[in-house]
Amino acid sequence: MSSVTPTRRGGRKRARLLSGPGGSILRVVASVIITFFGLLLVTFLIGRILPIDPVIAAVGDHASEAIYNRVREEMGLNLPLWQQFFVYVNNVLHGDFGKSILTSQPVLHDIARVFPATLELATLGTIIGVILGVPTGVLAAVHKGKWPDHLVRIFGLVGYSMPIFWLGLMGLLVFYMKLDWVAGPGRVDAFYADFIEPTTGLMLVDTLLDGDIDLFWNAVSHIILPASLLAYFSLAYIARMTRSFMLEQLSQEYILAARVKGISEFRIIWRHALGNVMVPLVTVIALSYANLLEGSVLTETIFAWPGLGLYITNSLLNADMNAVLGGTVVVGAVFIGVNMLSDLLYRLLDPRARR
Amino acid sequence: MTSETLLSVKNLAVSFTTSKGPVNAVRGVSFDLGRERLGIVGESGSGKSQTGRAILGLTAANGSITADKMQFHDVDLRHLSPKQWRKVRGARISMIMQDPKYSLNPVMTIGDQIIEAYREHHKVGTKEATHRAIEMLEAVKIRDPQRVFKSYPHEVSGGMGQRVMIAMMLIPDPELLIADEPTSALDVTVQLQVMAILDDLVRERGMALIFISHDLHLVSSFCDRVLVMYQGHVVEEIRASELDQAKHPYTQGLLNCLPKMDGNHDDLPVLQRQASWAEG
Repeated sequence: MSSVTPTRRGGRKRARLLSGPGGSILRVVASVIITFFGLLLVTFLIGRILPIDPVIAAVGDHASEAIYNRVREEMGLNLPLWQQFFVYVNNVLHGDFGKSILTSQPVLHDIARVFPATLELATLGTIIGVILGVPTGVLAAVHKGKWPDHLVRIFGLVGYSMPIFWLGLMGLLVFYMKLDWVAGPGRVDAFYADFIEPTTGLMLVDTLLDGDIDLFWNAVSHIILPASLLAYFSLAYIARMTRSFMLEQLSQEYILAARVKGISEFRIIWRHALGNVMVPLVTVIALSYANLLEGSVLTETIFAWPGLGLYITNSLLNADMNAVLGGTVVVGAVFIGVNMLSDLLYRLLDPRARR
Repeated sequence: MTSETLLSVKNLAVSFTTSKGPVNAVRGVSFDLGRERLGIVGESGSGKSQTGRAILGLTAANGSITADKMQFHDVDLRHLSPKQWRKVRGARISMIMQDPKYSLNPVMTIGDQIIEAYREHHKVGTKEATHRAIEMLEAVKIRDPQRVFKSYPHEVSGGMGQRVMIAMMLIPDPELLIADEPTSALDVTVQLQVMAILDDLVRERGMALIFISHDLHLVSSFCDRVLVMYQGHVVEEIRASELDQAKHPYTQGLLNCLPKMDGNHDDLPVLQRQASWAEG
């Protein structure tokens, strides 16, 4: 026995160097870099494959051949493909996505304007979705087959099957027009729009930074309806997943062991079982958050919300390729970022993943 | 039979409703238990584990328990509210389960899980509870209790995990311990170590033990008395020391299935079952 120990210990030490806390974070970063590089390659190729000539888009179809060729050279389109890619990556890394034809602004500038609107909406939607969705799912699992379970299922089914634009319009009709509980479309009342210093681009934060409580509540009353609408959809999904993860955990042996100890049912559910449910749930929540961060075109259209979804869709309809590709890179980067975050959270929540 | 009866069970029956109709797992089990070590032996599906769970009121939700009597000291175990059950579980009757790999919560530290068991029944601070938990880890002969205290279950071996389990279930000082196949999931080499630790603690603390196992020899060497179960019935009750005088053909059959060091080396006999055994 003792003669075996040194080799085993050596092996364990080596394994820790490769996959210890530092090592695993290094691996996450490496995979992020590779994924981002792949994303750039794909968007670059899409830009080259699409039957839209960026030179004509810039000079118009009446330009002489000399001008066409000069602009083509200026854009670097006469270079071999791999060099073009190199230039593209270099530009992107310097935050240069080119100019938008539609707004004649640098694409990055446009995105910096529209993305915070989406970020604010998606974050609030996810927070509401998690705060309501997780307990709802737990409740459904604990009362499996009884009326709370059925209620949650019906509520979720409605969330799944109603078109979001219809729910949005109904929401506006009931809560804005009839009841007047919330404000209408837009991020704040049009009257206030110019008073807000766009420090972060997030209305809820900027109004607080300005110290203007009235404006803050105005922004809240504008965002609450679209955010709740998005929350409803992520809630339905999160509750459903929480329920099934919870049922799986409640049938485990360690739950029986906890009952043998005489611990309260409350603690067994919310500490023992939920602690284990959170591990897979983090991935589910992250995916649903990333989905909302893409921007929801329908919701943004109905609520006149100047977000990323609306921006990319408008650009696409106008063949504004720089804007579309820039938007795609941003959406992809957000996806990668959220995934990285969920990966790190996963390690934090599950001691077995920290090995 | 010792003079003081700790637990008295009369005509216990456990049945489950399944999609294929009712399943009667335990059918009329009766026994009295003093401060002694009682073994329950039987093959899988004989109802031995369900008997143990019924005593703790932890039969699965689709099961129902009936009994003419289930008396633990002054407590009638048949009519307890969830709140009353929580005072019995852990503090007075506890249970050690088969595989520490599944019966310890993977995302909580071992220390937290032991402390939780102690503080549920003793109103003390974290510091005092930590002290008690470390003491308990020492009592189950863990060499580096400070490190194990801070570890997660996946970081310890199976044998150590089961010792942690014993520490966790004994820390509130129960009067009766049910050990449900406590060594079946362990390596043969550590089985006896764990059994010896368990046996020592049971003797030291004067606890009663119900030792559930399929291993007739293991049971007979650690228990005073053995109940042999077959298809939900007790077919024989016998003193462990008199096992070789077993009368029931099932017990005899089980004993004959075991190879002996001396004696003939022909094929071991196959158990010839008879339908009448199941009727009890």
